[in-house]
Amino acid sequence: MERYLVLEDGTVFSGEAFGFEGQTTGEVVFTTGMTGYQEAVTDQSFANQILVFTNPLIGNYGVNLDDYESLMPNCCGVICREVARVSDSWRKQGTFDDFLKQMQIPGLCHIDTRALTKKLREHGTMKGCLVDSVHDMTHTLDQLRATVLNDRVVEQVSTTKPYPNPGEKRNVVLVDYGLKHSILRELSKRDCNTIVLPSSATAQDILNLKPDGVMLSNGPGDPKDVLHAVEMVKEVQKHLPLFGICLGHQIFALANGADTYKMKFGHRGFNHPVREIATGRINFTSQNHGYAVDPATVDKAELIITHREINDGTVEGLRHKRYKAFSVQFHPDAAPGPHDAVDLFDDFMHMIDQRKEEENA
Amino acid sequence: MPKRTDIKKIMVLGSGPIIIGQAAEFDYSGTQACMALREEGYEVVLVNSNPATIMTDTDIADRVYLEPLTVESVSRIMRQEYPDALLPTLGGQIGLNLAIALHKSGILDELGIELLGTKLSAIDQAEDREKFKELMLQLNEPIPASKTVNTVAEALEFAETIGYPVIVRPAFTMGGTGGGLCDTPAELEEIAANGLDLSPATQCLIEKSIMGHKEIEFEVMRDSANNAMVVCSMENFDPVGIHTGDSIVVAPTQTLTDREYQMLRDCSLKLIRALKIEGGCNVQLALDPNSFNYNVIEVNPRVSRSSALASKATGYPIAKMAAKIAVGLTLDEIKNPVTQTTYAEFEPALDYVVAKIPRWPFDKFAQADRTLGTQMKATGEVMAIGRNLEEALQKAVRSLEIDEKDLLSPRVAKASDEELEKKLVHAQDDRLFYLAEAFRRGYTLREVHEFTKINLYYLDIVKHIIELEAKLKAHPNKLACLKEAKYYGFSDHTIAKLWDTTAEKIRALRKENQILPVYKMVDTCAAEFESHTPYFYSSYDLENESHPSTKESILVIGSGPIRIGQGVEFDYATVHSVKAIQKLGYEAIVMNSNPETVSTDFSVSDKLYFEPLDLEDVLNVIELEQPKGVIVQFGGQTAINLAAGLEANGVNVLGTAVADLDRAEDRELFDQVIKQLGLKQPVGKTAMSKEEVLACAHEIGYPVLVRPSYVLGGRAMEIVNNDEELTQYLAENAHLAKEHPILVDAYLEGYECEVDAICDGKDVLLPGIMEHIEQAGVHSGDSMAVYPPQNFDQSVKDQIEDATKKLAVALKCIGIMNIQFIVHKGEVYVLEVNPRASRTVPFLSKITDIKMTQVATQVILGKTLKELGYESGIYPESEMIHVKAPVFSFNKLADVDSLLGPEMKSTGEVMGSDHSFEKALYKAFVGANMKLPANGSVLFTVKDKDKQQALTLAKRFAKIGYRIFATAGTAEFLNENGLHTMTVAKIGQAKPGILDVLQNNEVDIVINTMDHDQEKVSDGFVIRQTAIEHNIALLTSFDTVDALLKALENRSFSTTAL
Repeated sequence: MERYLVLEDGTVFSGEAFGFEGQTTGEVVFTTGMTGYQEAVTDQSFANQILVFTNPLIGNYGVNLDDYESLMPNCCGVICREVARVSDSWRKQGTFDDFLKQMQIPGLCHIDTRALTKKLREHGTMKGCLVDSVHDMTHTLDQLRATVLNDRVVEQVSTTKPYPNPGEKRNVVLVDYGLKHSILRELSKRDCNTIVLPSSATAQDILNLKPDGVMLSNGPGDPKDVLHAVEMVKEVQKHLPLFGICLGHQIFALANGADTYKMKFGHRGFNHPVREIATGRINFTSQNHGYAVDPATVDKAELIITHREINDGTVEGLRHKRYKAFSVQFHPDAAPGPHDAVDLFDDFMHMIDQRKEEENA
Repeated sequence: MPKRTDIKKIMVLGSGPIIIGQAAEFDYSGTQACMALREEGYEVVLVNSNPATIMTDTDIADRVYLEPLTVESVSRIMRQEYPDALLPTLGGQIGLNLAIALHKSGILDELGIELLGTKLSAIDQAEDREKFKELMLQLNEPIPASKTVNTVAEALEFAETIGYPVIVRPAFTMGGTGGGLCDTPAELEEIAANGLDLSPATQCLIEKSIMGHKEIEFEVMRDSANNAMVVCSMENFDPVGIHTGDSIVVAPTQTLTDREYQMLRDCSLKLIRALKIEGGCNVQLALDPNSFNYNVIEVNPRVSRSSALASKATGYPIAKMAAKIAVGLTLDEIKNPVTQTTYAEFEPALDYVVAKIPRWPFDKFAQADRTLGTQMKATGEVMAIGRNLEEALQKAVRSLEIDEKDLLSPRVAKASDEELEKKLVHAQDDRLFYLAEAFRRGYTLREVHEFTKINLYYLDIVKHIIELEAKLKAHPNKLACLKEAKYYGFSDHTIAKLWDTTAEKIRALRKENQILPVYKMVDTCAAEFESHTPYFYSSYDLENESHPSTKESILVIGSGPIRIGQGVEFDYATVHSVKAIQKLGYEAIVMNSNPETVSTDFSVSDKLYFEPLDLEDVLNVIELEQPKGVIVQFGGQTAINLAAGLEANGVNVLGTAVADLDRAEDRELFDQVIKQLGLKQPVGKTAMSKEEVLACAHEIGYPVLVRPSYVLGGRAMEIVNNDEELTQYLAENAHLAKEHPILVDAYLEGYECEVDAICDGKDVLLPGIMEHIEQAGVHSGDSMAVYPPQNFDQSVKDQIEDATKKLAVALKCIGIMNIQFIVHKGEVYVLEVNPRASRTVPFLSKITDIKMTQVATQVILGKTLKELGYESGIYPESEMIHVKAPVFSFNKLADVDSLLGPEMKSTGEVMGSDHSFEKALYKAFVGANMKLPANGSVLFTVKDKDKQQALTLAKRFAKIGYRIFATAGTAEFLNENGLHTMTVAKIGQAKPGILDVLQNNEVDIVINTMDHDQEKVSDGFVIRQTAIEHNIALLTSFDTVDALLKALENRSFSTTAL
């Protein structure tokens, strides 16, 4: 069956439908990762986005229960060049196509994804829709241009109720702005007793739980759409060790007076080299963000820029000068992507322990 | 860290002659490294014995030594050059082993020469099985249960404890030489004994087999600041059990989930960091297809065949970066030469898929054992890039230049089901075609998986192609089908076969309906950043990214995969042609399909199309680029074979006109030319049927030389002595005889020689004459040769010059041509003309200092020889004597008869140069890796009629202190003639017999002229095979023996009683 991608600049790509039968509208973004399509699609940071894979061959090993990054993904469309007819892996529980059908995500394949990627690179991220007919292009385009993308997307993907992820050691509150399971996995590996709170959590909600530390998860969209979280961080960082990832990093920056901006086409993939300025060590990192912290607005009295992307200089990490608080733009929890920076979780554990020692002393 | 300023002069070691397991990839890596070092301002001294390479060009290094790669010879150079440092990690296993030997000899310490790139301790840790195992234990990285053994008994004992099957891996050998899989103690006994023998350390690893696991490779890099990264991941289509050099390989990995991929990536980075490698490294891993369990197979602490493939697959120049890292630069301060906007610290992202298929020599060696296993047998490989795997795979198949141009193999179609299943289980080079046939016959994915253990995803790619094939067949002339077929990589040729029409008609139909390929850029970053890489591949997609420049361009056709008869020398010529084109102000465009070579380095030309060298694909590029013309003279027979098709499609073939190429290649037409010019030629006939061939042979008189027309490297060429042999020959080559007429020539005894001539239509330049050392009957590619000629008087040289000039002008040669002559009783006869650059071009270019390809290219583009400063005639001979010696890979190929004949068998060549013929010969033998002890022993097993000649030679050996061994008849004859000779029993007679003597390494040289009968079990064959297996110098021609004696005699003092 034919299916089309219509972009807000009027470009149409025609290809073949797969996945869910239906139409969708969202922001069209591309990722350059060559593995981990299942993790990507279930990453809530892609909420309300149509995800383009630059890797042309998708679906080769099917999907399995272990590799979900969220159980109810909000990615609203998938575009790739080829979908495997047959997939094979010892962990496979279903095909990618069936998975998209179940998750009600429409897919489009057999289009020139490289041409599309170049367009997004040159024009910047655009709105687009997947439709099954382009008979009335004017109408389709009008509708597309008139669509206002949801700016309450964090609310849409966050848990509505708190829930625990039990463990024996440190007590950590993890605020869910669209969290990936990989963050929970890393905390579990370190035997943390984690309580996940909805994105609406206030400083008081958190402080009442008397945790040892707070994590701000990744999530979709513009950090300025979650200003209540910025207010929360302003207070919490004074009292508790804090670690922010991706959207959490941007919220942390805003809470300390820095500004964020929308990038032309973002960083999505996992070959982004990031330098830790203090040591010079370079890690390859998993990234998925369309906004970034403006380095010119970072208050040198309050924050230290700890990490930078080596090619475009994007701010990749911040640390507070007075509080035990830090954040990174990339995903140390990987999934999909390299594990190079996973020891940041250990740094966070260390920070918690240090604070306890200080308190005891 | 900035580059080091405490070192100024760096010595780089090359990899020597091309052998199986070590081919053109090291020319590519070595050339890149030398250029990178010079770019950083270092003085580079290069040592390599292989003249056919780009890296041994004088403009690649500051000083180039074409000398043997031995401790003795390299030490001599070191004492003259005093380099500050040595870079050994770019010359393959040869370079690495030599560096270890140099270190052990003490010269590095004595002269204060530092080893760059990778420390010796790391090389040792990665290469020494026991130390490697220790390291893995220490790092907690799993390896298959294994034990290093020094005796066969130990091997058997260990195998009992871990259970069969086990794999034998000899230490310090290239391409898995001497290794193998053993299912039984008997097999282990044999393979282990051989492996121990071949290992310089008499050491083998006995390892639990992990057959059937996924074989994954990572190309990783690390710098002195401990930054480490993966350049490329690769997955073998064929599971563990087949050497990766013999496997179809796909990049990037396709069937690994992110968890599996990251787990193996972590392991690879951990290994390169633990080994503290500064540069590139290859990690091979085996992943259980049913769990997260994996094993480390091996680590190569150097650039390799896989790193060349990874460089071409991603665009990321590993060797160049490795060289820069070796002098202290770090990845985050080197610019990525592909994007020029990002840094070298970048893991490439691919938005295409790459397929590599090895190129095997079994078309030349019909008798060889074609079974694939842990020992590599391929001589070369092709790579193809596509936007789906079906496309990449089909492009790769037609790049192979074998009989099959697609998965439709008439030979395979005839196989019975039983035979087919056997071929699926026991993989040979042609398993891909059997896979396709299985699906055609309705076998299910599961069934085929059971036979092959290949992942279902990959199997379905083949099945999909077969389904599309059926769909095409069912819907002739349906445009939608045509479009779909092109999208999945079908060639016009294949579609035409299925639609029972011609490729031309399909092409026309396609063009009429705008079904045209586009060209996509290889940019390392999946289009995330803007790039300007002039590196493209075709695909049936929407957007074309390759735009012809406004400058006039010339297209050069490369030579495709390395195979016997068409080796790295044609890549040398291709690259030189590019240089000349650029010098004249044109844009040079290269098309080629071989990932190992310098010509497919995108920085060599103005634009590179990595494409099959198939008429359709070449025409597609031409239609886009609209070049001024196409040069076909430098890409071997591959390029020349395209000439007629190109011209028929209105393409301007530059240089010698197509009709004239035909006059040189077509027997009848060529005979007319010879007659008109009044030149001499051995009597020759062309025959179409068996009866005609026999009649011709009778008319000419035996012995005759028979071969099909239009073949390179003397494929299927044989000297036959009687009707019986001729009938057998025809039966064996029936399929070739069907397509091509058979040529029957008188076989003249005498000395062969060849010339390469450059002609502008009027003047003819002969840079030099190469005289063959072996008598006619041995293929020119397998002959030793010497420049300048040692046996020709002025009259002979004059005749050669005269004939060459006449032929070049009469054949209207514009550019270069090669002529083979035979000198019979002082008269010069023309054997054949190749209207293209030949194998000897790099050799002659280097010794005469005439850049022949560049001169020829300029002539092709309209310059005259006079304008270029050359006179007509033979160029003045040099003072030095240069000897070329062939190098063989028989130890990799079981069941191939090593007796030399008119069919070419060598894979590479070396050069030895000195002021005297004898010294040059000596260097050539040493360069060809022949061990020549001062006092040794030599074994003669010769035909009855050769006994007299053997006596003369044996006496000379005795004179310089060699002990003589011979089989009964020969020994008796020699003893009768007063030569003290040890008798050894023939095969199957008393012990110790001849094979025992060989197996116990009691002799250093074997001279064997026993008959070339077609039987694999003949005594001569078994003796030769045993000698090769035990690494004993084997000579099958008395002329070579004479040359060897000259070299040895020159080295020793004479001992004559008063």
